[in-house]
Amino acid sequence: MRIDLKTVEETARELYIRALKILPPDIKDGFVRLAAQETAPTARNVLATMLTNIRVAEDTDNLLCQDTGVPIYNVVIGSAVAVDGHALKQAIRRGCERATREYPLRSSVVHPLTRKNEHTSCGVEVPVIHIDYSAMPQTLLIEMIPKGSGSENNSFLKMATPAEGIDAIKTFVIDCVLAAGGKTCPPTIVGVGIGGTSDLCVALAKRAATRALGSRCGDAEGAQLEVQLSAAVNQLGVGPQGLGGDATAFAVHIELAATHITMNPVAVNMQCHSARRATATFTPAGVSYGF
Amino acid sequence: MAHYELTTPVSEAQIRQLRIDDTVTLQATLFGIRDAPQIHLFDRGRTTRFDLHGHAVIHTAPNVKKVEKSAAHPAGYAPVCIGTTTSDRMERFTRPLMTQYGVRIIIGKGGLREDSLEAFRELGGAYLAVVGGTAALETTWIEQIEDVDLDDLNPESLWRFRIRNFGPLLVAMDSHGGSLYRAVKQDAQARRAEVLASLGVKAT
Repeated sequence: MRIDLKTVEETARELYIRALKILPPDIKDGFVRLAAQETAPTARNVLATMLTNIRVAEDTDNLLCQDTGVPIYNVVIGSAVAVDGHALKQAIRRGCERATREYPLRSSVVHPLTRKNEHTSCGVEVPVIHIDYSAMPQTLLIEMIPKGSGSENNSFLKMATPAEGIDAIKTFVIDCVLAAGGKTCPPTIVGVGIGGTSDLCVALAKRAATRALGSRCGDAEGAQLEVQLSAAVNQLGVGPQGLGGDATAFAVHIELAATHITMNPVAVNMQCHSARRATATFTPAGVSYGF
Repeated sequence: MAHYELTTPVSEAQIRQLRIDDTVTLQATLFGIRDAPQIHLFDRGRTTRFDLHGHAVIHTAPNVKKVEKSAAHPAGYAPVCIGTTTSDRMERFTRPLMTQYGVRIIIGKGGLREDSLEAFRELGGAYLAVVGGTAALETTWIEQIEDVDLDDLNPESLWRFRIRNFGPLLVAMDSHGGSLYRAVKQDAQARRAEVLASLGVKAT
């Protein structure tokens, strides 16, 4: 299967705008679940306002949140897909830039030293583009995630030691949620990376934070820890917007990787309640959009 | 838990009547401000031609569309999506906003810290919490972008919005030393040991 790069550019443009406007159904379901369980009056009001906002965004065809975030594109290339990888990345970048100029979206991206904003949502190494490969033959997937800064600013890494064990992992997650308080726009998805190297550990935390609600860690031990930590963080009382209540997080998600005999790394990356993502699937039948 | 309708600019007495857990709906004028304009105002010696005395500022940088200047769009900008950013990063600007520019109300999300609380107590100010991430809703409370200053920092310009029924907003920090954030933080910290015990973490 050949991939038309003009279509990739159009799709990258469309994905950014779609992601900013339409909240995935699993996140909406998560809101309904949290609202039904919430016991604090202020928190109930906050959750109700969030649900109203989702409806207003749909009714007025507007963005859910003003933070257009740092644009991230995750590409998965199937085994029988023929595409020039370098040109693919350029096409995605052009699509991202066009979405920003043409919609227009707020460009939230600046040079890290000069703080200059090019008004394209692009810059050095941005949009972030990850390429991976799958055994699905005639399929190319592009997932777009506008990662908001309120949650991204609360990202943490600890190179714990083997002697500190799983207790260090659990304690770190709890302390990160406490440190973040209301700054991450809770209820959040708390993404936890365990193992790997420092860079892989942080990348795993991001992958965990942006996974669909209801999905489970592929590792049995990791999946069990997800259940325990999900219950635990909602006992802290941070609540929606850090104003108190039960609904601190939709869930804790874990992704893990093997690590060194001397290492016990743990990373936390959070996703805000506007947990936006959009996906496009390229097959011989055309392009279809989803979450 | 009272509800107040306030039209900006407001007096110190109007702010002093607010207590945490009260709610406020604002009318008239609201200024949009965030990291870059405050860095430029307070660290780089720039000034604004706007009179902020008695006014409310909101921590924001909006999505806007450049349009022809007209009666409907006097600043040449139409609002697209206007929401609120995390306040905590801008903690150190609360006091100079109040002492140098006379600001009385800060609207944001996630809260501010002890120094801001002290400035509110001493100078007569309040922090009103908007629900973060609900920008589509907030945009419906904004009638017009009336004016803009420091626009070389766009989108982090200093914006003047005309608002109608902006709220309800929650009084989360008041001028009497009350802070919902401090109370929630202390409560959550107190639960930490119990939560760790429930996870089987041995006490350290």
